[in-house]
Amino acid sequence: MTDATRDPSTADWPLFEVFIRSRSGLEHKHVGSLHAADARMAVEHARDVYTRRQEGVSIWVVRSVDIVASDPEEADALFEPARDKVYRHPTFYAIPDEVKNL
Amino acid sequence: MYTQALDTHGREPVPAPAADGSEAAARFQARIDAEEKIEPKDWMPDAYRQTLIRQISQHAHSEIVGMLPEGNWITRAPTLRRKAVLIAKVQDEGGHGMYLYSAAETLGISRAQMLEQLLSGAAKYSSIFNYPTLTWADVGAIGWLVDGAAIMNQIPICRCSYGPYARAMVRICKEESFHQRQGFEIMLRLAQGSPAQRVMAQDALDRWWWPSIMMFGPSDADSKHTAQSMRWKIKRFSNDELRQKFIDITVPQARFLGLTIPDPALRWDEALQHFVIGPIDWNEFHAVLKGNGPCNRERLEARRAAHEAGAWVRAAAAAHAVKQAVRERAGSAGQARQA
Repeated sequence: MTDATRDPSTADWPLFEVFIRSRSGLEHKHVGSLHAADARMAVEHARDVYTRRQEGVSIWVVRSVDIVASDPEEADALFEPARDKVYRHPTFYAIPDEVKNL
Repeated sequence: MYTQALDTHGREPVPAPAADGSEAAARFQARIDAEEKIEPKDWMPDAYRQTLIRQISQHAHSEIVGMLPEGNWITRAPTLRRKAVLIAKVQDEGGHGMYLYSAAETLGISRAQMLEQLLSGAAKYSSIFNYPTLTWADVGAIGWLVDGAAIMNQIPICRCSYGPYARAMVRICKEESFHQRQGFEIMLRLAQGSPAQRVMAQDALDRWWWPSIMMFGPSDADSKHTAQSMRWKIKRFSNDELRQKFIDITVPQARFLGLTIPDPALRWDEALQHFVIGPIDWNEFHAVLKGNGPCNRERLEARRAAHEAGAWVRAAAAAHAVKQAVRERAGSAGQARQA
């Protein structure tokens, strides 16, 4: 952003992540990213870049710098607590075949 | 739409595979072997990163430069329908460039850097776009042959080990099929038209056949990056394998059109169950890559002119964004958008 004001014709515009709801009833899904001078332009560019064939009914754009992400290097530690809790899945429980509707 | 075996002609030396044999490198290769996707923040060998940056940015440049030969015919398309189709196709190519630049940026290169490499002439793009579009039939031949060759190259990249590149390619391949079909339809209409139109169609095939065949890159014997790219699952098939596939499906299509492939040595080999072509003129290929094709200079000049002519738009958009941000901070109508 500050770069863009310093040298407006050559520096990159801020990066936005684009999320599209393909039809109502479905969640917005990440589809990619693009550069735009501001959020409004990002929405308009997202329409042209990601919905040329009616792929969406709604667009979200978020500045990429505003996204906080987990660290892949620490994925093991982060997701470890769920690893030994197989009892959270229905298949963990042995039920006799004769019993129906469980 | 338009990669040629782009990994095969980078100017920079072949990146040395990670010589450290480190634990990280071994783990990385194990993930690739298990068909896991690599994502931007994952550890990757520097040579893998550099190879992808080169290949994806060259691919993106090809899409952007690829707009020029076809854009040449937008104002002269023979009907309103053809014109609408051609505009949509050229717009798609621009979109494909955008997907690919975004994918390359996840590897740590900026959009501005890539643009600079294209405009300065340092970057490569597909050699096919350095040929001129002399007649309307060329628009048909490009869709049919050039997009056809591109599809052949790109479908395997949908399974590339690098997630963002693979995802961009899925999107691109979905959009590509109309490009090829509209091109074949143009050729079909001309081939069924007046004698002059048939001559025009044949002339376009005569000029675009060999450059399309060359889009698959050097033959396997001379392709220096293939083995490493295959190990990294960036590439799934060799240049010659893809080229042969393209020839086998395209020759019958040309026959359907009643056109003649400009290769007197072309023959069906019963034992191989393949069409066998005559020798490829690799001198021409290398000359075009080096910048001595018919339109190399014109293409870059057109890109530079467009970039310079757009400078005031970029400056105005940036100034507008700053003004809006100041106003919003001042508490005036900064409307939060909610979906």
